[in-house]
Amino acid sequence: MSTIEERVKKIVAEQLGVKEEEVTSEASFVEDLGADSLDTVELVMALEEEFETEIPDEEAEKITTVKLAIEYVEANQ
Amino acid sequence: MSRRRVVVTGLGMLTPVGNSVKETWDNIVNGKSGIGPIEHFDVSSYNTRFGGSVKDFDASAYMNPKDARKMDLFIQYGMAAGIQAIEDSGLEVNEANAGRIGLAIGSGIGGLPMIEKNHTLLEKSGPRKISPFFVPGSIINMIAGNLSIKYGFKGPNIAIVTACTTGTHNIGSAARMIAYGDADVMLAGGAEMATTPLGLGGFSAARALSTRNDEPQAASRPWDQDRDGFVLSDGAGILVLEEYEHAKARGAEIYAELAGFGMSGDAYHMTAPPEDGSGAAASMRNAINDSGLNPDQVDYINAHGTSTPAGDIAESNAAKQVLGAAADKVRMSSTKSMIGHLLGAAGSVEAIFSVLAIRDQVAPPTINLDNPSEGCDLNYVAHTAQQTEIDVAMSNSFGFGGTNGTLVFKRLS
Repeated sequence: MSTIEERVKKIVAEQLGVKEEEVTSEASFVEDLGADSLDTVELVMALEEEFETEIPDEEAEKITTVKLAIEYVEANQ
Repeated sequence: MSRRRVVVTGLGMLTPVGNSVKETWDNIVNGKSGIGPIEHFDVSSYNTRFGGSVKDFDASAYMNPKDARKMDLFIQYGMAAGIQAIEDSGLEVNEANAGRIGLAIGSGIGGLPMIEKNHTLLEKSGPRKISPFFVPGSIINMIAGNLSIKYGFKGPNIAIVTACTTGTHNIGSAARMIAYGDADVMLAGGAEMATTPLGLGGFSAARALSTRNDEPQAASRPWDQDRDGFVLSDGAGILVLEEYEHAKARGAEIYAELAGFGMSGDAYHMTAPPEDGSGAAASMRNAINDSGLNPDQVDYINAHGTSTPAGDIAESNAAKQVLGAAADKVRMSSTKSMIGHLLGAAGSVEAIFSVLAIRDQVAPPTINLDNPSEGCDLNYVAHTAQQTEIDVAMSNSFGFGGTNGTLVFKRLS
């Protein structure tokens, strides 16, 4: 069973079309991984799907880096 | 003031018989059919279970997979054909010319696969599951939009939507923009991918499709007495149109001149043409007048010829009215006999065939034409291509709603 961190990074890599090694914890979706605003919306939807959760829009807006995504999932599991 | 002349300097296409212009044209001239069973979804409950699909398409050859995911297939097909056409033309975009290069590329129906998928998500799981890329990934003007972003083309950026006349209207209108001075170069054409559960079901419900399920490759048989409807197909065709002096100055290879464009409306019925072909005739006449040629100078007509009982005879009648005695010598074939009906891409794919007919001096065949039906008595180039002198080629498109368009191409003298 993969850890939450591994699962988040895998989804980020798939959604944003980048290599998994580029997806460091510190990486920002927009600044470092080339996402635009629509990409981040879709990324959050993919996280919701993977972790069977619902992320409210006001929370989703704050998830701008890989680390923040991992923390959000860990806190809401 | 004399009108600016428009020539064709680049071609690109994906069809059921090939993923490039060369592969497609080789198969077309050799009378090969690209029609077969539909395998990408379960068609067992449909009256029609075959069509013309693009095969082995690799989007990653044209765009990165992340971008491809945000574009419905018709956009991916249009992008691929557009990229092929640009490369074929040798055109290079720079700061000085970017504002003089534009696009007019449409689709008959647009992003049905994404519409269906997102509607299913909505029904099943609610509005939060709709993709943020659903709208920009399915609306019709996004081929022009995405190509302009890729290359930096900042000229006119439009998408005309007129059902099965889409490709023709985009090409004709793009040429007018060049002639008028809005642009020096235009990418023009159409793309389609509507063989989906709703698309196939919808055309089937309208009783427009052939149901020859036991023999798909014989289903598209324009002017044959056993024709029973058209074959739904996918693909894309894009042409680079260019102002003549502009093309000459950069040493571009010129395929042909786009000498004339005509349009008309049937004002008759939602899906059927008038039997006398009066709307089709008006379109052809307008295009010939626009070209400054005489009707008897037309050597080859790439017909709309969809293989429907009413449409084929109407077009045949129209050609006779327009050409008069010259109808006896004209060659009129339907390449839809081999690739089926690409709807919004049909006009542009067939415009390319018309251009290549001039280049290679060959009229492509109408396959499956075993027994011409009563009143269908022109030279339809049955079964095999005919080598013949072609200086002027005309391409017809007619669409639901009674919307007609005709292009006239001329060998550059």
